[in-house]
Amino acid sequence: MKTISKICILALTLFLFNCGGDTKKKEDPYAKKTPEKTEKKEPASKRVELTNKGVGPVSKVDLALVVDPEMAANGKVIYEKMCTACHKPDKKHIGPAPKGILSRRSPEWIMNMILAPEKMVKEDPLAKDLLIEFNGSPMANQNLTKDEARAVLEYFRTL
Amino acid sequence: MNKLSKYVLAIAVSAFLVNCGNNNNTKNSSAMTSSKAEKVYVAPGEHDEYYGFMSGGYSGNITVYGIPSGRMLKEIPVFSQFPTSGYGYSEETKPMLNTSFGFVPWGDSHHPDISQTNGELDGRWIFINENNTPRIARVSLATFETEEIIEIPNSAGNHASSFITENTEYIVAGTRFAVPNPQKDMPINEMKGKFKGPLSFVSIADNGRLNLDFQLNMPGFNYDLSHPGRGKSHGWFFFTSYNTEEANTLLEVNASQNDKDFIAAINWKKIVEYVKNGGGTKVDGKYAHNIYDEKTHTATSTIKEGVISVDPRDVEGSVFYIPIPKSPHGCDVDPTGQYIVGSGKLSTDLSVYDFDKIQTAIANKDYEGDAYGIPILSYENTLAGVVQQPGLGPLHTEFDGKGNAYTTFFISSEVVKWKLGTWEILDRQPTFYSVGHLMIPGGNSRKPFGKYLIAMNKITKDRYLPTGPELEHSAQLYDISGDKMELLLDFPTHGEPHYAAGIRADIIKEKSKKYYELAENEHPYVAKSEADAKVTRNGNEVHINMTMIRSHFAPDNIEGIKVGDKVYFHLTNLEQDFDVPHGFSMIGANTSEILVMPGQTKTIVWEPKREGVWPFYCTDFCSALHQEMQGYIRVSGKNSNTPLKYTLDE
Repeated sequence: MKTISKICILALTLFLFNCGGDTKKKEDPYAKKTPEKTEKKEPASKRVELTNKGVGPVSKVDLALVVDPEMAANGKVIYEKMCTACHKPDKKHIGPAPKGILSRRSPEWIMNMILAPEKMVKEDPLAKDLLIEFNGSPMANQNLTKDEARAVLEYFRTL
Repeated sequence: MNKLSKYVLAIAVSAFLVNCGNNNNTKNSSAMTSSKAEKVYVAPGEHDEYYGFMSGGYSGNITVYGIPSGRMLKEIPVFSQFPTSGYGYSEETKPMLNTSFGFVPWGDSHHPDISQTNGELDGRWIFINENNTPRIARVSLATFETEEIIEIPNSAGNHASSFITENTEYIVAGTRFAVPNPQKDMPINEMKGKFKGPLSFVSIADNGRLNLDFQLNMPGFNYDLSHPGRGKSHGWFFFTSYNTEEANTLLEVNASQNDKDFIAAINWKKIVEYVKNGGGTKVDGKYAHNIYDEKTHTATSTIKEGVISVDPRDVEGSVFYIPIPKSPHGCDVDPTGQYIVGSGKLSTDLSVYDFDKIQTAIANKDYEGDAYGIPILSYENTLAGVVQQPGLGPLHTEFDGKGNAYTTFFISSEVVKWKLGTWEILDRQPTFYSVGHLMIPGGNSRKPFGKYLIAMNKITKDRYLPTGPELEHSAQLYDISGDKMELLLDFPTHGEPHYAAGIRADIIKEKSKKYYELAENEHPYVAKSEADAKVTRNGNEVHINMTMIRSHFAPDNIEGIKVGDKVYFHLTNLEQDFDVPHGFSMIGANTSEILVMPGQTKTIVWEPKREGVWPFYCTDFCSALHQEMQGYIRVSGKNSNTPLKYTLDE
């Protein structure tokens, strides 16, 4: 063996064992990992979280027993103008369909998702999971007023 | 052990030492030791204190900077096509560049000026002139978009422009190259006495609308720069003029013969009155007037004919010449309106005139003679004082509102601070190199902000890393809050910043538009929702009303387009949020992309030349699924029967 090779080996050894002691603790990053035991979560879109109000400007919504038809009609107009590029009323498109959403989400959560989607996907775990489920496609903030969002919510009740 | 082995060992040992270093590297990491650095440091996420609007010179545009950081924030397209946004390429904005000579894709922008109320910057609009094809533009400081361009007929080299009066009543345009007025075929060397130098007065309505009110048909000198009176001198305008020799060749020698040229002092209020009462004569003059409508997102160009021409000799007591040494350039009025500073660029002294003395000389008919019937006031009796030997090649002066003036010297490459009234020189600082204009935010108003001064240099040389033969011009930022000017920062500027305007950021910032309301969009081909998206054919003309939102187009599959069609893509951005533009480009389109702001509609034309299936896509990275934002167009043969069909997700 030539001197140079010996030196190389020495060099490599020195390098590998430097700060010795740590080496053993480190996991081999390429070793086969035993999969973490995770409970199989339901997809975010199917989860029912009726007590989660989300985060954003809306903390309380009172829904009357009967749908306000005028408000719902107005909500439909707004929805068709501002939302249908990504949400079809009754079928999954870019985002989930709002049909039946009130059986899975609280009215506050829905309004917060409309009014503050950036905050929701950062701070609300469910919204975060939804973003991932829907391919990272962001919910656009269409800058609806609170009243407009409320009307859209009323329309959702009719679906 | 041979040499190589020694090296390897050395490296190994070093690696060992470094790895076990226990972070004993105590080197102080980039602590801010310089107070100069602190003065220009704007921490990440923080905003600058001032906006600086630099003329783009031969770029034809305006560039927006943050001051004091020197960070470039935006380029606003004004007189030149701008493929980045599609300005001058999109069907909506092409009319903005229309002129009486037809479509001109380029301009030479010069002197930006911000609108004023009571002599103070109000931040509604910024105006800028174009030198080559004489024009003035008005740019909104809410949208930072060019909203209006008016051409100036009968003029050439619109240099003494675009300065505004203190209530934004009028904006002026000059004629730097004396020309026959009206234009006619004649021998060049017969210019003397026959060429003219019309000065144009454009009124500004409350909504910003420009109107060419009248032209003052001045003798054929070269009108170079100007500034309005303010305060006590409000109602007057002052223009420098050179080449009073009326030379038509080798001007660098032949226009430098006279000992003195002139400042033209013009009582514009008097002339406005004269014109209102039916004065002046309507003469020929063809010009384009282009207006961009924020609701339709579309510009229209109107060619207008005729302009009121006023002979300055017909309005007694309205126009005077004041002698000024040696080919003057800058003409600047101090914040009180008392002093008018003329910079004779080949003179070694600065002449400062006193507005009151000018009025007295006029009242006393204290004339030295006349030029083509225009009285020449006495030099000595209008002079307030002379700043003696301040430097070489004085060009421009701005003010700090504390009684000081700052003048640039091109030949001696410096900025000199001097005192109004005593004319003493207080300080001088070198510039790098050969400074032209300077700008103090608000420095040509009644209330300068007086904290920073920016020198705009013509020559860069070694100030930055070399970038081949062509270099961006350099600017230098000085702190002028103390007795002495302090050089804080160098930064490159785009094109040639002939002049600039600056304003405290908070005056504009809160009013800055974030997006266009979709509900207010009145574009004839808008699609306000995907339900409105459609494709219509009219002969070989096809209109596609297409929408864009993160991250798809609607429709995104179109069939039935044929070779030889003229396809108009009308793109509406359905987003209603700040900073979510989408771009659009089509393979084979002989034009630029368009960048469509939220709520806006823009159009480009594509004339497909070959059969096939051709993709289009979004050019602005809009979301995680931006790469998926695309579509296809099937192009069939000219005589094919492929039915027109447009779909999304079918």
